[in-house]
Amino acid sequence: MDAILLQILNGLDKGAAYALIALGLTLIFGTLGVVNFAHGALFMLGAFCAVAVGKVLNYDVVTLDPTQTTPWGTPVEIRTPIVQQWFGDFGAFMVDYSVPLSILFAIPIMLLIGVIMERGLIQFFYKRPHADQILVTFGLAIVIQEIIKAQFGANPIPQAAPAVVSGSADIGILLGFDPGTVVYPYWRIIYLFFSALIIGSVFAFLQFTTYGMVVRAGMADRETVGLLGINIQQRFTVVFGLAAVVAGLAGVMYTPILPPDYHMGMDFLVLSFVVVVVGGMGSLPGAVAAGLLLGVLQSFASMNEVKSILPGIDQIIIYLVAVVILLVRPRGLMGRKGVMES
Amino acid sequence: MSKNLEKIRSPLDMEPLTIEVHDVESASRNRTARNDLILICVFSAVVLASPWLLAPFGAAYPDLLQRFCIFGIFAIGFNIMFGLTGYLSFGHAAFLGIGSYAAVWSFKLLTMNVLPAVIFGVLCAGLFSALIGYVCLRRAGIYFSILTLAFAQMSYNLAYSVLTPITNGETGLQLTLNDSRVLDAAFGIERTSSLPVTNLFGMKMSGYPGFYLCAIVLIISFYISIRIFRSPFGMMLRGIKTNQNRMSYTGINTRPYLLAAFVVSGMYAGLAGSLMAVTDPLAGAERMQWTASGEVVLMTILGGAGTLLGPVLGAGVIKYFENIFSSFNAQTLHSVFSFLPDGLAEFMVTITHPFVGEGWHLTLGVLFMLIVIFLPGGLMEGAQRIGKLFSGGGGKSEAESPAGQTKPAE
Repeated sequence: MDAILLQILNGLDKGAAYALIALGLTLIFGTLGVVNFAHGALFMLGAFCAVAVGKVLNYDVVTLDPTQTTPWGTPVEIRTPIVQQWFGDFGAFMVDYSVPLSILFAIPIMLLIGVIMERGLIQFFYKRPHADQILVTFGLAIVIQEIIKAQFGANPIPQAAPAVVSGSADIGILLGFDPGTVVYPYWRIIYLFFSALIIGSVFAFLQFTTYGMVVRAGMADRETVGLLGINIQQRFTVVFGLAAVVAGLAGVMYTPILPPDYHMGMDFLVLSFVVVVVGGMGSLPGAVAAGLLLGVLQSFASMNEVKSILPGIDQIIIYLVAVVILLVRPRGLMGRKGVMES
Repeated sequence: MSKNLEKIRSPLDMEPLTIEVHDVESASRNRTARNDLILICVFSAVVLASPWLLAPFGAAYPDLLQRFCIFGIFAIGFNIMFGLTGYLSFGHAAFLGIGSYAAVWSFKLLTMNVLPAVIFGVLCAGLFSALIGYVCLRRAGIYFSILTLAFAQMSYNLAYSVLTPITNGETGLQLTLNDSRVLDAAFGIERTSSLPVTNLFGMKMSGYPGFYLCAIVLIISFYISIRIFRSPFGMMLRGIKTNQNRMSYTGINTRPYLLAAFVVSGMYAGLAGSLMAVTDPLAGAERMQWTASGEVVLMTILGGAGTLLGPVLGAGVIKYFENIFSSFNAQTLHSVFSFLPDGLAEFMVTITHPFVGEGWHLTLGVLFMLIVIFLPGGLMEGAQRIGKLFSGGGGKSEAESPAGQTKPAE
């Protein structure tokens, strides 16, 4: 029982990342009808926003401490980040909380990138076949990836969670299990709540604001909304930016869990596409549900007990599920009838 | 059956008209047949003479030429699926990998002779593509792309993990001194103390003989692809691309045709993979990764999907520039721009440096985007446009005439 609970928890945080990316993909597909293969790259860009902020905050000056010496007899070098020198304790706080702080930096950046991407490239591909959309966004993903590689190098760059939450919580005790059986890092709990918050606010935005209502109307019948004198194109551009922000924030917050490198986007993209397909093309709740579901499934499949029965199942479970779903119920778990069904 | 029906229904007075149509048709068929003959002759001449033709470009060494041929074959095969039917498969590299593994196993177990290895590789890839195609082709459009991608990723992951006894995991499958090689032993080829070299009935497949093997296979593959393009089967596939619904309305079940095309293109990929193993008997799982599938898509698009020559051209261009650009460094750049004034040269080096050497993939990505955005027909369409510009003498009317635009690039 405790092992199962642990696996569910382990699966949920990865699943939350899938869900966030898939949510953005679905938003873009539902509004603009575009298949965005560069969405993984946006996730990766978000992660590198955190890396950039971390780098800037950690610029340090070296001072020599004459009172202490190293075993070689030279004075000990003390590295203090510049922000700490400038702002004292507040600076130290900023360095410690660099990942959460990057959120503030990532939101405008990702929004900007999303809007530029849509206005500069994607808008010319509405009328082109899906194959062309896949190809051009695939090319864009390669370009973004290579730029990041040129800037930050090919190695993963670990980012630390704030010191307060860098430990682990023994959730098992709360639920009456033996201590030490269900141990879960605080940061992952935060990630789960953070994802829930983002997913909740996206849904609330679409469901409870007038703006969101118009967007939903545009998803249902774009032409009629246009005929009513609403500039639906502009709103869809904003939605694209929103999707980019969602992917970016998922990336920012994921950095303490997985050190970002330039191809993390591609790895997540393939899986997120599978998630979208399983959840149902164009269905937002489907994308979230399928993301969490597949994350948990993957986590269960990588249990040793399961692997001993079906070796290698952890590597292919997600794809296997996708194949079965596509063949049995092609519109996905919660897909609308008739979407992409032909 | 359908012909009989036509005869019964056609009134007698229509007879002369239909004969006339047939005459025109057969005349045009003769013309295309002659053009194809010229095409295949020129193609073979160029391929066989490429060691001399490409010498001025610094590409005339067998290793690179072989790669041109192998990826040419791969792209031709991919084009039969994507170019003719419009089904974008993102998992073709899996068949390439399967072909490679099968060929290396044939080298290990049977003989170092190339022929069985190639046949074995093609058959294995064909079998797998039949299986995968049967499942994937139940869906069209983006679903098909994702399904093929899913299968390719599955094969890649399995090759890395569970199938290690077959694929040798991360190290890659390679020859060892104590492989059984049953057939070689039976024919009395004694074991050597070093690793044996692949051969074709005693002719060692390293250096130029290896290239000529690949070149001949490439020419044969090209010929087959011409035949497929011109055959009724090819017309069917084009019909599927143009309007699959209408094909179904006329009572044609399109799936067998699609499956056949998928298997053929999978076998081409297997052929390319086994030739890869011939030139270097080592097969690794990274050949099956989806970036590798992306590469062949890129080659086909770059050259021109749906054209005969395009994919080979695209494969050649990409492999050539990969070879040239990825070997560039700051020093070579300096020497390239040395004819410019100092400041400008420095500027040009800074501008171009991120695009060469390690950053070659950046160039590739940019190129790819530019092609998809501005030249969806690929280089072949570009060549055609330029050709039209010259032959028309800047004739605007011709460029705008619908007849000139609807003619597919070939």
